[in-house]
This record gives sequence, C-alpha cells and structure tokens, in this order.
Amino acid sequence: MALVELRNVSKIYHLGGEEIRALDDISLDIDGGEFISIIGPSGSGKSTLMHILGCLDSPSKGTIRLDDTMIEKASQRELARIRNQKIGFVFQFFNLLPKLSVLQNVELPMVYSGVSSRERRDRALEALKLVELENRAKHRPMQLSGGQQQRTAIARALVNSPKIVFADEPTGNLDSHTGEAILQLFYKLSQEGRTIALVTHDPEIAAVTPRRIEIRDGKIARNVDAKLAGAGSTPKFSVPTQN
Amino acid sequence: MNFLSAISVGLKEIWANKFRSMLTMLGIVLGVGSLVAQSALVKGLENGMKEALIAIGGLEKVYITPQAIPTWQQHRKDQAVGNTMNDIYALQRSAPLVHLVTPEMQTREVTVTRAGKAFNPWHFVGTWPAALELNQHVVEHGRMFNAVDDEEARSVCVIGTGTRDALFGSPEEIGREIIPVGEYVNINNQRFRIIGMFEHYESEMDRKAREQALERGPEPGQSGPTRKRGRTSGRGAFEWKNNTVYIPLKTMWLKFRAGAVGGGTGTGTTAGSSTTASVSASAGIDTAPDPRLSTVYFKVIDLDQMNNALQQVKNVLTHTHNGIEDFAFNTQENWSENITTAIRNARLSGGIIAAISLLVGGVGIMNIMLASITERVREIGIRKAIGATFLDVFVQILVESVVIAVIGGLAGLLASKGLVELLSLVSPTGNTPVMTVDAMLLAFGFSVCVGILAGIIPAFKAARLNPIQALRYE
Ligand SMILES: Nc1ncnc2c1ncn2[C@@H]1O[C@H](COP(=O)(O)OP(=O)(O)OP(=O)(O)O)[C@@H](O)[C@H]1O
Ligand SMILES: [Mg+2]
Repeated sequence: MALVELRNVSKIYHLGGEEIRALDDISLDIDGGEFISIIGPSGSGKSTLMHILGCLDSPSKGTIRLDDTMIEKASQRELARIRNQKIGFVFQFFNLLPKLSVLQNVELPMVYSGVSSRERRDRALEALKLVELENRAKHRPMQLSGGQQQRTAIARALVNSPKIVFADEPTGNLDSHTGEAILQLFYKLSQEGRTIALVTHDPEIAAVTPRRIEIRDGKIARNVDAKLAGAGSTPKFSVPTQN
Repeated sequence: MNFLSAISVGLKEIWANKFRSMLTMLGIVLGVGSLVAQSALVKGLENGMKEALIAIGGLEKVYITPQAIPTWQQHRKDQAVGNTMNDIYALQRSAPLVHLVTPEMQTREVTVTRAGKAFNPWHFVGTWPAALELNQHVVEHGRMFNAVDDEEARSVCVIGTGTRDALFGSPEEIGREIIPVGEYVNINNQRFRIIGMFEHYESEMDRKAREQALERGPEPGQSGPTRKRGRTSGRGAFEWKNNTVYIPLKTMWLKFRAGAVGGGTGTGTTAGSSTTASVSASAGIDTAPDPRLSTVYFKVIDLDQMNNALQQVKNVLTHTHNGIEDFAFNTQENWSENITTAIRNARLSGGIIAAISLLVGGVGIMNIMLASITERVREIGIRKAIGATFLDVFVQILVESVVIAVIGGLAGLLASKGLVELLSLVSPTGNTPVMTVDAMLLAFGFSVCVGILAGIIPAFKAARLNPIQALRYE
C-alpha cells in the first residue's frame, strides 16, 4: 500500500460568488522511498497540493490516507501530531524563527513532541551534521546565507525522522548555484532512503527526480515515472560535489 | 511543550521587548503597590485605634453619667437623686455581672501649682484605688493611694507624666527624668503630697519615634521640637491619661465639695460613702454640698453578656433612683463601631482604587498581547506547521501574559514598600503602616488572575490561527 493516497481531492475557493478550483479532482499515490517533483505554472495549484499533502490545509472534497491514517477524520490534535511526527516541511521562505538560534530552530519540532532537552540537543546536532551546519549551531538565522538557512530548515524537517518530506519551491528563493547545492542535498537524502516530494516550476530541477508530476489548472496533466518508462535516473548535475 | 519551557519562552519574549513589557507592567505594579500600601496604612490605622481603645479601658468599660429627666417623669423631679454612693454599694451587692464598680467625683477649674508653675489637669478626680485597674493605669514610681488613704481623707495624689512635665519639667527639657514622688504641690491652694506617678503612656508609633530620637543622641537644638511633635500627635487617649491627677474620693469630697461650701452639710439622704458623718456638722439646706458623683464606672465581666449586664445594672439603679431615669449608659461600642466603619470604608475605597488600576493594568496586558500575536502570526504559523497543538500555542501566549503580570506583581510588592515609606515620610504623625503577608498574597494573587484573564482572549486567538493563513501572512 502506498505511503500517501490522494483520492479525488479538490480544493475549491469561493471568491465573491466565483468558484476557484485550486485543485480539481486529483488522485495520486506516493510510495515510501520515492523522490517526486511536482511541476507546473504559477497558480496551477502546486502549493495548495503541498499544503494538503502536508496536513496544513484540508481538502474541500476527496480523501487522503497518510501512513494508514485517514486525514479528514483526524482531529486538530492528531493533525498537529502527524505534522510533528510524520511530515517534514521545507518552505520557499525558510520560515525559521529569527529569535532562536540555528540549534534551537532545529530542536523546535522535538519541543512539541516532548523529547528531553539532552536528547533534543543530540538529535538536533546530528541533523545539523547531515546538512553540514554543525559549526553554525549557535548562530541566528539572520547571520546565515540563504542556502544555509534553507539547510537549517531541512535539518528541522528531518529531525523527527518523518515518513515524508515536502518541500515547496525550496530553491525558489536562492540563486542557481546555491539552489543546486540544496538540490544535491535532497538527492543525497533520497539516496539514503527518505521519501521526498518537492515543488518547482523549473523543468531542470524536475528532471532530476525519478518521478515527475505536472499540474495544470488544478489537474494532473502528466505523471512521468522514469522507472516505469525505463529512462535513466542519473541526474544531470554532477553528484556529489560540495560547495 | 512542557510548562517550564513555556515559561522560559515567555521570559525570552518579554526580554526581547524589554521596554514595551516594562510599560505594560506599570499598571500591575501600580495596582499591586497601591493595594498593599493602602492595606498597610489601614492596618496601621486599625492598630492605632485598637491601642487607643485599650488605653481608655477596653470595650468592657461602661460608665454612667447623669441625664436630664425624661419629660414624662418631670412631675417627680424633686425625687431625683442623681448618681450617688448608694448606687455604688447597690451595684456591688446586686449586680454580679459587673465588677470594678468605681465612683468618680470630678471638680473643674482646678489649678495645680508648684514653685511658680501652674497647670490645669485635664482630668482631676477623686476616686477609689480600683480606678487603677479600671482605666488600665500602671503606677511606675511610688504607689497608688489605698483604702486607708481614702478612709483618712489624706491629701495625697497620684499624677501622670503630663502633669509632671508641666510642673517639674519634662525629661527632654531638663535632660533627665524627674520622679516627683514625695514632693508637694498645691491644688487650689491646698497642699498635696505626690505619692505615685503613672508610667508614660504613648502609642507604639510614638514610642518608637522617641527611642529612635534617643538612639540618635541628643541634638540640643533639635530634640525638643521633635519630641513635641510626637506628643501632640493627636493621640488623645494617651495624653488624657498622662494629664491626669487622682486623689482619694473622700479627700475630694471633703476638700473640694463639702469643704468648698464652708463646712456645709449634706441633706443626709445620700451623702457620699463614709463622708456623711464628718460632713453633717452644720449649715443650711441651701448651701448643702453636692453629694452626687460625676460618673459611676464599672466593667462588664463577660463582653458577650453586655446586654444582660446593662439590664441588670439598670434594674438596680432604677431601684436606687426611685424609678427615675436620670442616668445614661455610655459604652465604648459606639466608638468602636465608628472606627470599624471608618476602617471598612478606607479599606473599600482603597481596594476599589487598587482594583481599578489592576483592571487598567490587565487591559494594558491584553492590548499588548493582542499586538504581540498580530506581530507574530508568522511565528505562530511556523510553530503550528511543525507540530504545535492548539493547547501548545494557547499555553505559550497565556504564560507570557501571566509572566508579565507576575513580574509586575513582584515589582509592585517592592514598590509598595517604597510607597509605604514615602507615605510615612509625608505624614509622620500617622500610625505606623503595617505590611501584612495576607495583603501581599492577596495583591499578588490578584495580579496573577489579571494576567490570566488578560491572556485568555489573545491566547485563544493565537491558538486558533490556521497555519496556512498564518504562513501566507506578510
Ligand atoms: N486563500 C485563497 N483564496 C482564494 N484563492 C486562493 C487561495 N489560495 C490559493 N488560491 C488560488 O488557488 C490557486 C492555486 O494557488 P497555489 O498557491 O497553489 O499556486 P502555485 O501553483 O503554488 O503557484 P506559484 O507557483 O505561484 O506558487 C491560485 O489561482 C490561487 O489564486
Ligand atoms: Mg506556490
């Protein structure tokens, strides 16, 4: 059974009598270990889909099953727990808390899952090591470059060992060089067996992932799986040089 | 998120906005400060009043004074006898609910002189030795006159320190305390020997002030006026006692009543105590000395039995007064009720003022918390996105509000101390304010409640934020 199952999901906004279908009857499965990119033009509904997948938003219609939990039946409290334990979210604008240090930011999800402060520290440092920021633990987010901030956000997304990581245009706010480094990081994480879904409107980035879903006007326009198509899954960029 | 980390997050948030938080706390500081300070002042007032009440003999003391004959008894006017020694003996015999029945005979316009100094005592009375216990006098030097002094009508007197100060000079003026026991004074030109002097009566506050002045050592130019201020601080009950002159009842009768009318005699009906024999020498009815007592004092043995005791006394006196109601009871209850009312009013008005400033403080906190969550919508969205529950966010904001209130409350307790000292400086003749733990706990508890109440709405608003809307918020 798939890790995530979307069935006939729609998200409909009503603006002054006008109906906006941000998502229109989408069905989608994501298996454990997959590395997926979701691509589409601006306003096509990528972020909306991400938010619904990440349990930050609820669909107007349809059902979602995540790791055997029916999301639409879950209480607010259970949703908070799922966001905390099973999902890691990476945002375009990093969304770190400016008043906390890098380490504290990475610790934050564990604060809400009741992990002891010692274990919090150890695991946060471990996650920072994974994104090669362990020497910046004491810094404030504002003292880091954009790429470093995004790596901090990735460490935060990973720290509770989620089932799946969602990233909404994680490179959208970075220059192409830094963006590529972030992408390499995701690739590496995927190689280690993590399930990752990322949103982009850059076909070059989408080309890196084995599976590619194209969205247009809230509908899935194309679902390209390199494995099924038999195409090579070798990424275009060189792996794994570090900056 | 556990409670401790919520507190530390709250503290950090407050620290990050030091100035703003401080301004917000000000209302709470003032509220708590004024609540504690006013209750300290009222407590001081209460203590002072209680001291004074004890000084005048306590609530048990009742005295009977003459009263105009009621109109419906006017036709029997000639049978009215007034308060006499008969009353005293009758009460001693037939009123077991009261004790220390004491007669007092007063003479006005008395001048005590000695070596060119003259003094009009505030309270010059002939009485029995029991007056000592009745009025809670303490003879510090010499002795009180006794039954023999009274029987023999000796020319002896016991005085208060105020009388001493006027005739011999006060310790402050002279630099040492004069104990005039054994000295002679003239009272309306009759020679009296001082056989005893009471201790110096003063309020707790005056005593402390005097001791402090003593510790500081005598400053020649300063010590006099300082002391004077302490003495004229309006503590009537104490000064009254200090300016007393007591002589035996019989001496009073013979030398100032019977003697004053030139050896005149009583009508024989109800002459005072054992004086009848010696006084009934001669003279006509029109010049008869007045046998009436100024006041009859007694104490109720059991305060709870006050009404029964008064009824009993009334029954006895109705008999001795031939059924004519020419006497009235005076208790300290009215006085004490007035004080209680005054204190309650002071407490109430002070409490209302403090409550209003706490309320204003609470509104201030709520306002700042609402502003703060509006500023932090994004932060709250992020926290919710990574797993904070409704309760997590609710507690975080509530704790912040309570922490502000608690810090404000603690600062208020400190401020109240300063406030009390300031007030004592401004009005040094008042009663020493007493800061009670009760008042401090109450005020602090109030500030915590205010913090909680002020935090609920902002905390609810923050906790209900939809993470998506919060994250999209710019
Ligand atoms: N709260 C909302 N109310 C009304 N319409 C909304 C709301 N949120 C999103 N939409 C609409 O839903 C559609 C999809 O928006 P979404 O943010 O998912 O686009 P996107 O694919 O992420 O675009 P971009 O690449 O620019 O980020 C848009 O037409 C948008 O206007
Ligand atoms: Mg988007």
